[in-house]
Amino acid sequence: MARIDLVSLSHSYAATPVKREDYALHELTMTWEDGGAYALLGPSGCGKTTLLNIISGLLRPTTGRVLFNGQDVTLLHPQQRNIAQVFQFPVIYDTMTVADNLAFPLRNRGWGASETRKRVEEIAEILELTGDLKNRASGLSADAKQKISMGRGLVRPDVAAVLFDEPLTTIDQHLKWTLRRKLKQIHAQLKLSLIYVTHDQVEAMTFADQVVVMYGGEVVQLGTPQALFEQPAHTFVGFFVGSPGMNLMPCTVEGGNAVVGSVRIPLDPALAQRAGGTGARLTLGIRPEFVELTRPGTPSSVPSPIERVEDLGNYKIVSARLGDQLVMAKVSEDEQVSAGTAHLRFPPEWTRLYADDRALT
Amino acid sequence: MVRRSLALAIYFFLLLLPIYWLVNMALKTNEDILGAFTYWPHHPTLANFLTVLTEPGWYGSIINSIEYAVLNTVLSVLVALPAAYAFSRYNFLGDKHMFFWLLTNRMAPPAVFLLPFFELYQTINLFDTPWAVALSHMLFNVPLAVWILEGFMSGVPREIDEMAAIDGYSLPKFFVKVFVPLIRSGIGVTAFFCFMFSWVELLLARTLTSVNAKPIAATMTRTVSAAGIDWGVLAAAGVVTLVPGVLVIYFVRNYIAKGFALGRV
Amino acid sequence: MQKIQDNRAWFLVLPVFVTVAFSAIIPLMTVVNYSVQDILGPDNRVFVGTEFFAGVLTDPDLHDALVRQIMFSAIILAIEIPLGIAVARALPVKGWRASLSLVVLALPLLIPWNVVGTIWQIFGRGDIGLAGYVVNALGIDYNYTADPLAAWVTVIVMDVWHWTPLVALLAYAGLRAIPDAYYQAAQIDGASAWAVFRYIQLPKLRGVLLIALLLRFMDSFMIYTEPFVLTGGGPGNSTTFLSQYLATLAVGQFDLGPAAAFSIVYFLIVLLFCFVFYTALQNVGRSRPAS
Repeated sequence: MARIDLVSLSHSYAATPVKREDYALHELTMTWEDGGAYALLGPSGCGKTTLLNIISGLLRPTTGRVLFNGQDVTLLHPQQRNIAQVFQFPVIYDTMTVADNLAFPLRNRGWGASETRKRVEEIAEILELTGDLKNRASGLSADAKQKISMGRGLVRPDVAAVLFDEPLTTIDQHLKWTLRRKLKQIHAQLKLSLIYVTHDQVEAMTFADQVVVMYGGEVVQLGTPQALFEQPAHTFVGFFVGSPGMNLMPCTVEGGNAVVGSVRIPLDPALAQRAGGTGARLTLGIRPEFVELTRPGTPSSVPSPIERVEDLGNYKIVSARLGDQLVMAKVSEDEQVSAGTAHLRFPPEWTRLYADDRALT
Repeated sequence: MVRRSLALAIYFFLLLLPIYWLVNMALKTNEDILGAFTYWPHHPTLANFLTVLTEPGWYGSIINSIEYAVLNTVLSVLVALPAAYAFSRYNFLGDKHMFFWLLTNRMAPPAVFLLPFFELYQTINLFDTPWAVALSHMLFNVPLAVWILEGFMSGVPREIDEMAAIDGYSLPKFFVKVFVPLIRSGIGVTAFFCFMFSWVELLLARTLTSVNAKPIAATMTRTVSAAGIDWGVLAAAGVVTLVPGVLVIYFVRNYIAKGFALGRV
Repeated sequence: MQKIQDNRAWFLVLPVFVTVAFSAIIPLMTVVNYSVQDILGPDNRVFVGTEFFAGVLTDPDLHDALVRQIMFSAIILAIEIPLGIAVARALPVKGWRASLSLVVLALPLLIPWNVVGTIWQIFGRGDIGLAGYVVNALGIDYNYTADPLAAWVTVIVMDVWHWTPLVALLAYAGLRAIPDAYYQAAQIDGASAWAVFRYIQLPKLRGVLLIALLLRFMDSFMIYTEPFVLTGGGPGNSTTFLSQYLATLAVGQFDLGPAAAFSIVYFLIVLLFCFVFYTALQNVGRSRPAS
């Protein structure tokens, strides 16, 4: 169990990096609390695997330091850092039994036979692998193999953190949920620091206490799933999190209102004032969940012709046109949606403004 | 790590030593060779190479060897391409048995075919021509070619075939214009192996030829004269036979490294 | 990939089938023909059934050649497979060093087999060969033309020099196919270099090694040119292996019957091993064509 600090970390895969584009990871400083369950969320190529490998020690960063409980481990190998990593596909030792697989890291450290067996049985029980201990690891299903991979990480009692690199990629859909639940159980039981890399926002939001969102080699937000949902700090977070993602429209600000095309949308006055000061490119953001469908004549409602209504079971998505933008509203199943024109209302408390993609608060 | 590099260096040194010695021999005159033992040629001469490259007996046999090796490569690849495609894309009656049977031919001892081939090619009047050697080598090269090509072809998704069919390509047109360019490196590797096997094989090449199509190997094994073996010329001929191999491998070196990276055996 | 069931694919396979059949089946028929008939004259043939086969199977010279052949194949396999793996593990993984190493490694494989024999014929001689000269200078009495043991050693060293690169190349390809994650996991688990070899590399090389074993066993079992050029089968017949024995029986003799019978037996032995290896290969999970 360790608190992990990253100080002025950056990384480039090029031999002599020069331009900003040469860097896979731009300078970042952050802390991962001891015992926390973190998700590292982002699209392919955003740098999350790079970051994970730097934390585990499989990669040495171009600049910066990595600290475990205050101790500088930047130059240490993975086994010296005492971390565990689970990969995208199950990595097991084919010729060994499940028990031997789990015992392997302990034996390499010189543990005695009886203590090894006790610990292996303990971990096997948590992972529900006890019945398979004597079987050859290679004959098991993919999800069992991933559990063995996890087990090899958990078997060391003093493991600093367990890192997961998209571990459910090769697992069948219906088993993913079981494994995710098992992970949460393990977290609660063993109080380990867990860092879980994924590009699936549902996975991230259900697994983690805190989510780190990455985009283009930068950490754009660190927060709880709720914070990511209600207060996205970056347009990417707004877009990536949520289904469907946030409505994002280029706008300007004039007198207390956001102007999208020819439409005026009222803003929170403090927000509008701050936006007026910057010369940046402004984007209006509001989640479909907060866009309201009102009756004609409601103050500050905007008439928008409806283009499409999708019924997805327990909710509907209404797509309406605002100038040359398409706005989506997520409404409950029972809501009556008349064809023709919707009257959209954008509650100022949920309307966000972004300057050069970063949230104005 | 350092110990491994050292061991590898020693291995490569031992590997190159006999080749160095051959080159060394080729550059010495016969007097030099039979005289005192020296580790490198004290009076290097190109006379032996000159003999090999200009005397018709030698020079002609080099051409013969190249002739049948190239002929064999072209024929083997041409014949193997449609078959490999069939194995890659279709199930058909007896396909697995056919594949196994093909492999067994690769494993057949050439010595077993000496007798019948001798008679066969005599009968059809192809004895002592490059065709006899090229055709007989196909027995071993075609299965290998099918095996390698099938592997590469299976790496091309069927969607490409289907798209081409939708676009109105006939099978031959699709094959030539779309498919072959995609498996270029596979064809390169196949051609390499076919050429090499045909180039290095001696038994059949010598048995099926006598005068006109005599391969370089035969000329070399008949270099014993009344005066004894002409070591210098023999060595020079040996060095000359290395050249096609070195050239070919130089040209395919990138394919080899890349092919290994893809994990394709 | 899902394959379509379509028997018209046979048309695509036809050229291969015809070529190989022409090269294989027809000659084999001829050989079978000869093996069961005694040809006393151009029009005088007598069916003798299995007489030649019986003769062949009880021929003491054949037994000797077979024993020598098995010993030879066993020895070179025992050397080439481990050595090839060791070389493959030592080769650079990428960059110009890898390309260069592969090119140098492949050199012996590209040499015409008779030239291989010639190279070692020269190399091993005491008067004009580097190895022969140096070994004798060290005080060891080494003459491969007169001493059977020296001849064996030379033939074996020659084959190891010639063919280890094939095993090494195949093993190298197999090693490159192992995903990095396995090595990373081993690093994290604190595995020693030996453990990495034993638990990761060796198991993953199983398929490739079986292919190498198959190819080397078959090719060594059929070896002809290199030892023929080097020693001519001698001194005496101490290095006469099966193919050479068959060749002397078959070519330039009138007694085609025994030669033909022996050919069949030889072929059947090879087929048997081929079948065994192929089945083993299928079970390792590398079946082609895949179903």
